[in-house]
Amino acid sequence: MMEKGYRIQGACLIVDVPDELDHHQAERIRRETERIRRGRPVRYLIFDFSDTSFMDSSGVGMLINRYRELSALGGRVAAAGVGPGVKKLFSVSGLSRIITFYPDVKTAVSELWEE
Amino acid sequence: MKKNEMRLLFDSCSENESFARMVVAAFITRLDPTLEEMADVKTAVSEAVTNCIIHGYEGREGKIELNGWLRDRELTVEIVDKGRGIADVEKAMEPLYTSRPDLERSGMGFAFMEAFMDELKVMSAPGKGTRVWMRKRLSRV
Repeated sequence: MMEKGYRIQGACLIVDVPDELDHHQAERIRRETERIRRGRPVRYLIFDFSDTSFMDSSGVGMLINRYRELSALGGRVAAAGVGPGVKKLFSVSGLSRIITFYPDVKTAVSELWEE
Repeated sequence: MKKNEMRLLFDSCSENESFARMVVAAFITRLDPTLEEMADVKTAVSEAVTNCIIHGYEGREGKIELNGWLRDRELTVEIVDKGRGIADVEKAMEPLYTSRPDLERSGMGFAFMEAFMDELKVMSAPGKGTRVWMRKRLSRV
């Protein structure tokens, strides 16, 4: 069983990011993705930001650590549907240099899939 | 000059991070800040409150004080904890420095407060808690 907001498509784990990605929510996502990855061969982690209006440095820290884990396995971390509310955080933090952006989850899955 | 003042005391649990952001957002709403100004203030408050919870009280119970003042279009906020305090404030404020990499901290908290507000002061000493003081002038509407 997976918590609501998490789903697997092939080698992709898709995570619906909540409205506000702060320390509280970042911890929940870290725990659940860790748990799921123990039982499944996840190569691509896709974060769906389309409903997210806020992120702080706790969200940044969580994403950097997922990036480290996945890239060590030859995988990738992607962000889909990043809106104006969190775009600034991606660029100020430098996250936009290590994470791939896609307009939506569907495009992310199909493009990562083809590789 | 239009003035307003608020004070709030809450427990150091992570659910209260969003509560503190919402309170400050509501406090400045009548000034019609831009979306970017609103996001900047919320991020800065979130960083300071998260620091109290993670570093000040290290996950233990404690009280966090949030004070806000408005003088015309100038916002001053103060976030205070009575936790363990910081021995080397300058070091703590270095971008990417974190005392807790084990907790997936990015080390960007103070850098964001500095970038998103106009002024930032951090007063702290071991055993004496930490007081973060920030100021931002909102643009004219």
